[in-house]
Amino acid sequence: MAERFQIAIVGSGPGGLSAAAHAAELGVSHVLLEAEPHLSNTIYRYQKGKHVMDEPGILPLRSPLEFKAGTREAILGAWNDGVARLAVNVKHGHEVSKITAQPGGGFLVECANKAQMIADRVVLGIGLQGNIRKLGVPGEDLPIVQYTLDDPGAFSGETIVVVGAGDAAIENALALAKQNTVIVINRRDEFARAKEGNLRGICKAIEEGTMPCYYNPGPEKVEALNVGRKKGRLVLQTPQGRAQILIDRIIARLGASAPRGFVEGCGVKFPSKDPSAVPAISPQYESNVPGLYIVGALAGYPLIKQAMNQGYEVVEYILGRKVEPADEPLLRDRLKNVPNFRSVDAFIADIQRNVPLLSQITPLQLREFLLDSEIHAPKPGATVFAKNDYTNTFFSIVEGEVEVVVDAAQNRRIKLKRGEFFGEMGLISGRRRAATVLAGPGAVLIETPRRSMNRLIQSVEAVKREIDKVFIARALQSRFTPESPIERLNEVVESARIVQFKAGDIVFNEGDPGDCVHLIRRGSLTISRQIGGKDVVLSYVAAGNYVGEMALLGDSRRSATVRAAIASETIRVEGEAFKRLIQRDPILRARLQAEYSARTASNLAMQQMPAGGDIISFLIAQGAGEATDILLIDEALCVRCDNCEKACAETHGGTSRLDREAGPTFANVHVPTSCRHCEHPHCMKDCPPDAIHRAPNGEVYIADNCIGCGNCERNCPYGVIHLAAKPPKKPGLLSWLMFGAGPGPGEAPYDPKAGKSSEKKAVKCDMCKDLKGGPACVRACPTGAAIRIGPEEFRAYARNRS
Amino acid sequence: MAMHESIFDYSRYRYLWVSMVLSLGSIVAYLWHDPIGEPNGGSWLGYTLGTIGALLILWLLWFGIRKRSYKSRVGTMRGWLSAHVYLGTSLILIAFLHSGFQVGWNIHTLALVLMLIVIFSGFFGVYTYVRYPAVMTRNRDSATRQSLLDEIAELDAQALQLADTVDPKVHAAVLRSIERTEIGGSFITLLRPSDETDNALDQVKTFMEQRDKPAAGAPKKDMSTMFAMVDFLSAGSADAKSDALRKLLDTLARKRSLTDRITRDLQVQALMEIWLYVHVPLSMALLAALTAHVVSVFFYW
Ligand SMILES: Cc1cc2nc3c(=O)[nH]c(=O)nc-3n(C[C@H](O)[C@H](O)[C@H](O)COP(=O)(O)OP(=O)(O)OC[C@H]3O[C@@H](n4cnc5c(N)ncnc54)[C@H](O)[C@@H]3O)c2cc1C
Ligand code: HEM
Ligand code: SF4
Ligand code: SF4
Repeated sequence: MAERFQIAIVGSGPGGLSAAAHAAELGVSHVLLEAEPHLSNTIYRYQKGKHVMDEPGILPLRSPLEFKAGTREAILGAWNDGVARLAVNVKHGHEVSKITAQPGGGFLVECANKAQMIADRVVLGIGLQGNIRKLGVPGEDLPIVQYTLDDPGAFSGETIVVVGAGDAAIENALALAKQNTVIVINRRDEFARAKEGNLRGICKAIEEGTMPCYYNPGPEKVEALNVGRKKGRLVLQTPQGRAQILIDRIIARLGASAPRGFVEGCGVKFPSKDPSAVPAISPQYESNVPGLYIVGALAGYPLIKQAMNQGYEVVEYILGRKVEPADEPLLRDRLKNVPNFRSVDAFIADIQRNVPLLSQITPLQLREFLLDSEIHAPKPGATVFAKNDYTNTFFSIVEGEVEVVVDAAQNRRIKLKRGEFFGEMGLISGRRRAATVLAGPGAVLIETPRRSMNRLIQSVEAVKREIDKVFIARALQSRFTPESPIERLNEVVESARIVQFKAGDIVFNEGDPGDCVHLIRRGSLTISRQIGGKDVVLSYVAAGNYVGEMALLGDSRRSATVRAAIASETIRVEGEAFKRLIQRDPILRARLQAEYSARTASNLAMQQMPAGGDIISFLIAQGAGEATDILLIDEALCVRCDNCEKACAETHGGTSRLDREAGPTFANVHVPTSCRHCEHPHCMKDCPPDAIHRAPNGEVYIADNCIGCGNCERNCPYGVIHLAAKPPKKPGLLSWLMFGAGPGPGEAPYDPKAGKSSEKKAVKCDMCKDLKGGPACVRACPTGAAIRIGPEEFRAYARNRS
Repeated sequence: MAMHESIFDYSRYRYLWVSMVLSLGSIVAYLWHDPIGEPNGGSWLGYTLGTIGALLILWLLWFGIRKRSYKSRVGTMRGWLSAHVYLGTSLILIAFLHSGFQVGWNIHTLALVLMLIVIFSGFFGVYTYVRYPAVMTRNRDSATRQSLLDEIAELDAQALQLADTVDPKVHAAVLRSIERTEIGGSFITLLRPSDETDNALDQVKTFMEQRDKPAAGAPKKDMSTMFAMVDFLSAGSADAKSDALRKLLDTLARKRSLTDRITRDLQVQALMEIWLYVHVPLSMALLAALTAHVVSVFFYW
C-alpha cells in the first residue's frame, strides 16, 4: 500500500523547497520528490561561483530557509543546512511521471522509479527547465554516460561518443575533439537545428574525417567493460549493420522535454498554444484541478524570491489559513497616490468593474499585473506620452478620461473614457507612438510594461481578441480617414482580418489580381519586381504603412511582388469594401492618389539603379528589417582605427558593446556586430527580472536589476549581448598624459579578467542614451565612416550609395 | 538624414570656407600692410599672424586630447578632423606670411621646418585615409583577419598530414616552411615579406618531377608553373600518392594566396598608421621649438 501524505511537493527548486521546509516547520506530513540526487537542480546547474541575485530587492522574503544575494555555493549550502535542520522529508531520484486524482479525493503520485504515494494535496514546483532527455536504451544511467558537460578541458586522450544534433552537442564535440577522439552520433540525417558557425565546424570535421559521424543509427545498449583498455562499449544499429564502439565515455546532449506535456497530463489546462503561456491559477495558487497547486517559474514567477514566498504561502493556504500576500504592502504603496484609495482589494474590484478588458482575468493575475504596472493620476493637460516616442507600455483608463491628439495641426482630438485603453499600437507594432495623449480631468491610468501585457495577451484569449478588434479600427482610421468619424469605416473594419507572414513569405505576386489592401501592423515588407529575369528590390515598407492600394486605384493587377522581410502581421482589408470607402471619401482618394504617384516615381527611380535594390536586399538579409536603428560602416572611409570601439568601451564601463571588424560587407557597406534595437527585441523574451527596456528614443537597454542569467545573450540572434564584469577604474586622462599612469584612454584595462567574474551582468549597446548628442561610436569616428540609421532611411540610403 | 560623408565635405565644407577666409584675409592684410622695412614677424601684422599661428598650432595639438575625450560632446571627431585638416593646411601660408618669407639657420626656422614636416606628414596621412580603406576591404573579401589566420593554421595541419603520406623529404620541407612562416612583424619585414611557402611549393614540385619523370615517359618542358603541374597530374597516373601530392599542391597554393592577403592587409593597415609616428612626435618637438621661438623673440630680440 502506498504511503499517504498530507502534501506531496514535486520539485525541490526554491518554490518546492520552501513549501516543504514550511510544512516541515509546521509538522505537517509531507514528502518532497526530486528527480536529481541534489536539491534545486536549476540553481545547482548555474556556473560555479555564480553570483545569485535577490531581485526584486523591495520584496520581503517569507520562508524558513535563508536567501540573500550571494554565491551559488553559499545559497545551496544554506538550503542544505536548512533542510537538515528542519528534517524535511526529501526523496531524491524520484522523478514524478504521473499524477492522477483519486475518486475518493487525494492524488496518486507515481514516479519513474516505480515508487508510488498518495497525497491529499500536490504542489507542483518543477520550474521550466524540463527534464533532460536520456538515451532511452539499457545502460543509459551508467556512470560512463553523462548528460551535461561543464568543462571539456577535463578530459584528454579518451574515446568519447557525443550523441545529439543540437548546438550543445556540437559545441561539446568540437571542444572535446581538441584532445580526445570524438565520434558523433546524430539520430537524424542532418544537423538542421544548429547555429551557422557550429554547423560549419562540425560539417568540416566530418568531411575531413577527423570526427566520424553516424547518421540515423539506432543505439541498442551501453555496457560497462571490466577488461580491456576501454571502460565500456556502445552497440548500435547502423544502415550497414550492427556495430560496436569501444569507448571511455558517452556524452548525450539530447535537450530537455518541456515540462508542459507532463503538466497537461496531470489535467492542468493552458490558456493557449503559445509556449510562453502559463496555466491559470487562483489567488491561492490552485490550478483548475482542485487540490493541485502550482508555484514558481512554472506558474509564471521566474525569480527565486517570488518562488520561495509562494512555497511558503501555498502551505498556509492548504492549511486553510489566510495570509496577506507578500506583495500586499508593495501594492498598497504603489496605489497610495490613487485618489480616494481605500484598500488594494477595493481597487482591484473597481478595476474589474470598470475596465472590461481587465475583467477577464483572475484577481491573482490582476495583482501581478498591478505589481508590474505603474499607477498614474496625472493632472489634466499633462502629456501621458508624446507622438514619436518609442515607448511600448500599455495604458488602461480606470477613472476619468484622456485626449488623443489625432491631428496636431488642426488640434483635432478624440476622447477616451473610463474602461478604454490606449498605447496598443506601440506595443503591437514596436514602432513610435502614433499620437500624443494628454490627460483629461480625473484621469487614473494603469501603465503596464510590454512583457506583462504580452503575457496577458498570450494567456487570455479574450484580451487578445478585444485588443485586436480595437487595434484594427484605430489603425485603419488613423492611417486612412483621420478626419472623419470612425463609423464611416465600419464596413471596412468588418471586412478586415489579421494575416501573419513568416520571413520571406509572399504577400502577393506581381501580376496577381488586386483584391485587397494590407496595412502592416508588425514587421516590414519589401517590394520587388522581376527585371531582366532578376528579382530587383524597389522598396522597403515599414510597419504603419500599407501596400496593395495601387491595384485598387489604377490597373487591377499587382505591379510588384511583396514579401515579408521578417515575421510580419498585416491587416488585410477587402478590396471591394475599400473601393467603396474611396468613392465615399474624396479626401482619402486624393491622398491615396498623391501617395500613389510618389511611390510610382520612387519605384521608377529605384528601377534605374538596381544596385540600390541590392543594398536594401543585403541589409534585409542582415536582419535590418526588424531594426529601429542600425550601425553601418562605410568601408571606403573606415581607416580601421577602432576609435568607435574605444569610445564605446570608455563610455561604458570598459567593455565595448560593438565589434567593428566582425560582420558582413557588401558594396563597402559593413554591418558590424552591434545592437539594432529591434522593433520586437528578442533579448526581452525571457528576462526573469524584466530588466530589458526601451527608452523613449528607442534605445533598448538593460537596467541594473539584471541577474546575469544569460538568457538574453542566447536569445539575441545578432550576438550583441555579453556578460561582463565591471573592470577596475582607470586613471584620468591628465595623469596618464603627464605621469604615464596606468592604461590610457582607449587602451585595454590592466587585466580584463580582474573584475569579479562571478558578478557578471549582461551588457549591450544603449545608444549612449545618457549622453547628449548621440552615440559615442559615431561621434568618435574621425572619418565619418560610422553612422546609425533607421529603417525609414534605408531607401534614401541605398539610392544615395548606388 | 545620416549618410556616410568624408571629412572633406563636413557641414558643407564649413572649415574649407573658414580656412579660405582666413588665408585670403591674411594675404590681403599682408599686401595692404606696409611695414617699416622688410615684412617680418616684428611688425604688428607679424605679431598678429604669429599669434594666430601659435594658437592654431596649440589647437591642432589639442586634437590629440580631444580624440581621447570619448565623453566629450564638443563637436564630433569628424568635424574636428575636418577642421584640423583645413586649418592645419592654412597654417603653411600663415607661417610664411608671419615670417615675411625670411628663413635662416636659427631656432625660428627650425620651428618652421618641424611644422612643415608635421603638416606634410598630415597630407600623407590624409592620402592613406582616402586611398587604402577600400583597398583593404577588397583584399579582405569579407573575411576577418582572425578567420584568415585560422584558415592558415588549418591548411598547415592538412598539409602536414598530406605530406606525411607522401615522403619524409616532403614532410620535412613542409614542416620547415610552416615553422618559418611569419606573418606580420616589424614594418620593414612587412614591406618586404618573404614567404617560406614558396620554398615548400618549389620543393614539392621538384620532388614530383623527379618521381614522375620515368613514369610519365617524355617529360614536359615547362614544369615551372603550377598550372602545368596540375594539368600534368590529372593526365598522369592516379595512385594514392599522386593524389595526396595534388592535394598538397592545392593546399600550399591556397595557403600562399592567404598569406599574401594577410600580409597585404597588415601592410595597408601599417600604412594608415605609420605616418602618425612622424606626425605626433614631431608635433611635440614642434611645441618645444615653438616655445623656444616665442621665448627667444620676447626675451632676446
Ligand atoms: C542561469 C540562470 C541564472 C539565474 N539567476 C537568477 C538569480 O540570480 N536570481 C534569481 O532570483 N533568479 C535567477 N534565475 C531564475 C531562477 O533560477 C528560477 O526562477 C527559479 O529557479 C525557479 O524556481 P522553481 O522552484 O520554480 O523551479 P526550479 O528551480 O527550476 O526547480 C525545479 C526542480 O524540479 C525538479 N523536477 C523537475 N521535474 C521533475 C519531476 N517530474 N519530478 C521530480 N522533480 C522534478 C528539477 O530537478 C528541479 O530541481 C536564474 C535562472 C538561470 C537559468
Ligand atoms: C602643425 C600642424 C599640426 C599639428 C600640430 C598636428 C597635430 C596632430 C595631433 C596631435 C594629432 C593626434 C594624433 C593622435 O593622437 O592619434 C593629429 C592627428 C592627425 N592629423 Fe594633424 N597636426 C597638424 C597638421 C595636420 C595637417 C595639415 C593635416 C592634414 C592635411 C593633419 C592630418 C591629421 C590626421 C589625418 C590625423 C589623424 C586623425 C586620426 O586618425 O585620429 N594634421 N595631428
Ligand atoms: S540585443 Fe539583439 S535582440 Fe536585443 S534589440 Fe539588440 S539586436 Fe535586437
Ligand atoms: S542576463 Fe539578460 S535576460 Fe538575464 S537578467 Fe540580465 S538582462 Fe535579463
